Amino acid sequence: MNIFVCVSQVPDTATRIKPAADGKSIDRTDVNYILNPYDEIAVEQALRVKEAAGGEVCVISAGDDSVLNTIRKALAMGADKAVHLKTDADFDGFAAARAVAAYLKTANADLIFTGKESVDSNSGQFSTFLAALLGINVVNIVVKLEISGTQVKAEREIEGGKELVETTLPAVISCQKGLNEPRLPTLKGIMASKTKKPEEIAFSGGPSSTVITELSKPPAKPAGKIVGSDVTAVPALVELLHNEAKVI
Amino acid sequence: MAETVKGGEFLISETPGNLVFTPEDFTEEHKMIAELTRNFVDQEVVPHLDDIDKLKEGLLAGIMKKAGEQGLLSVAVPEEYGGMEVDKTTSIIVAENSGKGASFAVSLGAHTGIGTLPILYFGTGEQKQTYIPKLASGEWLGAYALTEAGSGSDALGARSRAEKSADGKSWILNGEKMWITNAGFADVFIVFAKVDGEQFTGFIVERTDPGVSLGAEEKKMGIKGSSTRVVKMDNCTIPADRVLGEIGKGHKIAFNILNVGRFKLGASTIGASKYVQSEAVKYANERKQFGVPIGTFGAMQHKLAEMAIRNYVGESMLYRTAGLLDLATAGKKATTPEGAEAVLKGIEEFAVECSILKIAGSEILDYVVDEGVQVLGGYGFSAEYPMDRPYRDSRINRIFEGTNEINRLLIPGMLLKRAMKGQLNLMGPAMAVQGELMSIGGLEEGTGDLFEAEKKALANAKKVFLMVAGYGVQKYMDKIADEQEIMMNVADIVIDIFGMESALIRTEKRIKKEGQAACSHLVDAVTVFVNDAVDRISSNGKNAIASMSEGDEMKMLLSGLKRFTRWTPVNTRDARRRIALRQLESGGYNM
Repeated sequence: MNIFVCVSQVPDTATRIKPAADGKSIDRTDVNYILNPYDEIAVEQALRVKEAAGGEVCVISAGDDSVLNTIRKALAMGADKAVHLKTDADFDGFAAARAVAAYLKTANADLIFTGKESVDSNSGQFSTFLAALLGINVVNIVVKLEISGTQVKAEREIEGGKELVETTLPAVISCQKGLNEPRLPTLKGIMASKTKKPEEIAFSGGPSSTVITELSKPPAKPAGKIVGSDVTAVPALVELLHNEAKVI
Repeated sequence: MAETVKGGEFLISETPGNLVFTPEDFTEEHKMIAELTRNFVDQEVVPHLDDIDKLKEGLLAGIMKKAGEQGLLSVAVPEEYGGMEVDKTTSIIVAENSGKGASFAVSLGAHTGIGTLPILYFGTGEQKQTYIPKLASGEWLGAYALTEAGSGSDALGARSRAEKSADGKSWILNGEKMWITNAGFADVFIVFAKVDGEQFTGFIVERTDPGVSLGAEEKKMGIKGSSTRVVKMDNCTIPADRVLGEIGKGHKIAFNILNVGRFKLGASTIGASKYVQSEAVKYANERKQFGVPIGTFGAMQHKLAEMAIRNYVGESMLYRTAGLLDLATAGKKATTPEGAEAVLKGIEEFAVECSILKIAGSEILDYVVDEGVQVLGGYGFSAEYPMDRPYRDSRINRIFEGTNEINRLLIPGMLLKRAMKGQLNLMGPAMAVQGELMSIGGLEEGTGDLFEAEKKALANAKKVFLMVAGYGVQKYMDKIADEQEIMMNVADIVIDIFGMESALIRTEKRIKKEGQAACSHLVDAVTVFVNDAVDRISSNGKNAIASMSEGDEMKMLLSGLKRFTRWTPVNTRDARRRIALRQLESGGYNM
């Protein structure tokens, strides 16, 4: 089975993000980047499919040289090889999907895994764009997956419930938390990943279909109101909940 | 020939920055293995800490085996025996990042260090082939059985005996070993016993050998989850080929391996200390009194800053020493007897630094857990909050792997031995300092260096060491070892010198790389640490001088001390506030 996993780097979820001076991007000083947690689940799933059905797992990531560390992490977990779509430009999910699709057109992919979204921009569009561009099936936000031959049975999360989807390969699967518990790389995996050099392919980075015009922190929460401490406060509270907060 | 640094050389010369390894010099593999260890501890250990402390059957041993699957037990083991034999720095990174894992860190350190390395460094080819792959994978777990009820610090006073059987085919061991870490689940024990009651010798004993039995779990103040038991040998019969190393040369194993153990302990204590600081910082951000977070109060900021400073200094010493060991053992593999000998020589070379790290790490952690409890106030005293376990667990670190007293005595002792053997030229510089005592100190031109005052204080601290230790040796000759109080004073001065210099050089390297603006908190840390160290050095110097000398001689020495500890006090309050705010802003240790 020819398996691909698309991964991106995101700021460590513990990092406190500050908008940069230009007001359109984040301040990158002191930001530690990690493999997007949903993509980590995608890598794990790709490895499990490979372990069950045989084949090869190739990691794809787009960005400047700093994504090499993220690629390295996926290689250390056990991916066989990697492709680095290299660009120093900023790009959006659609631009990334076009670049990945251009590469995959001739790569004979059976199965392509992605995270359901990246935890920085959270647009969640990449997998659908990619499948559309490749003209293949896509199942998003998958929490359970069974593959036999070219048959795919996937359980996906939908509002208030679950949906069971059957489809056929080739397909794009975007992974949701709960699908698996990603493994930690082994020491051997870490050392072996040093020798797996990613194939570098130039990527213009654009054109992006979206432009970030402003990035700002959410406004600070206003201080709470205490309208009283006993039963006499109830009318005032109801009035505020109804007219100001508009929740009842 | 590559540039090299000798053990203890920092006391007589300046080490160039390129020979001082720092965490900023980590390779990508180093960083990935640090992350792996952190994640392993967070996922596999931390959720089970309470059950581990209750000695839940099979739990810790199971986690150790998982650590083996992950490769964490094979860091120091050559590929031939199923390991990766990466550098010493990697072993230290694993030990540091395991520190948060409480009893697990103790068990891991004991297994990978004193439980595995004796066979790797002293075993025959066959012994290595039999045991190392199993120990590296976690299939078997190891323990080290040196101490007895009656012989702790005096390890060579062991009473356990070994006799050859009448047919010469086996050894018969009798005795009891005490405080044996990992005893409850270990498959292999490195046991020390005296052949015919005289020749101190190492043996490999398996749990299933006839005549081996275990005592009950000890009830301990801390590290409750690490199995600690008596190992009894009652006519324990093992094959003749289980002697480890040479008969009568057990001390070589015992003491060399302890150097590694001390070094690793330095690492796990610094790791634990950084974690505990982070918990204290988090609490200081959240806890409100008088309407504001307690982290806004100067009294709290002092503590948080002091934790950060000590952790930074400790970390600097730790990785500097890791780098020294890598430099000394580069290209030497423990697969052949010659290779193992070379690795051991490298480790022995830096025995002084290993002892410094053991003392510094355990005392930094003890300070941080103590103030950590204080920051949490009443909640710090509650067993439901995160300070209880580290506070209890910390205490043992000043006791095992050689008490801090033994290690303090070893520091000047080993330095003098190195000087006698011509491995370290203490005499020349000591004479020069004596000459300086007789002369009148002249005015010196300022260098305009950012760390001008600190560097001067550091150079002078080395003179205090040479003056005090030099006088002590002149006065007591080979009886100096009996003057334990003086030896302790000297050791404390040496530890402060290594701390000051390691933090200073690391900070200079970081300024060069990251720019001065990004390192202002580190400049603060170095300045505050030196400010306080100069006071400690002065106090240790005074105690030693006033105890050893009198009359004109004492006057001369004291005036020298005064000159060598001259320091203009700095505004430590503001510096500490700045450091504390940085910790509070990032919600943890951030230097």
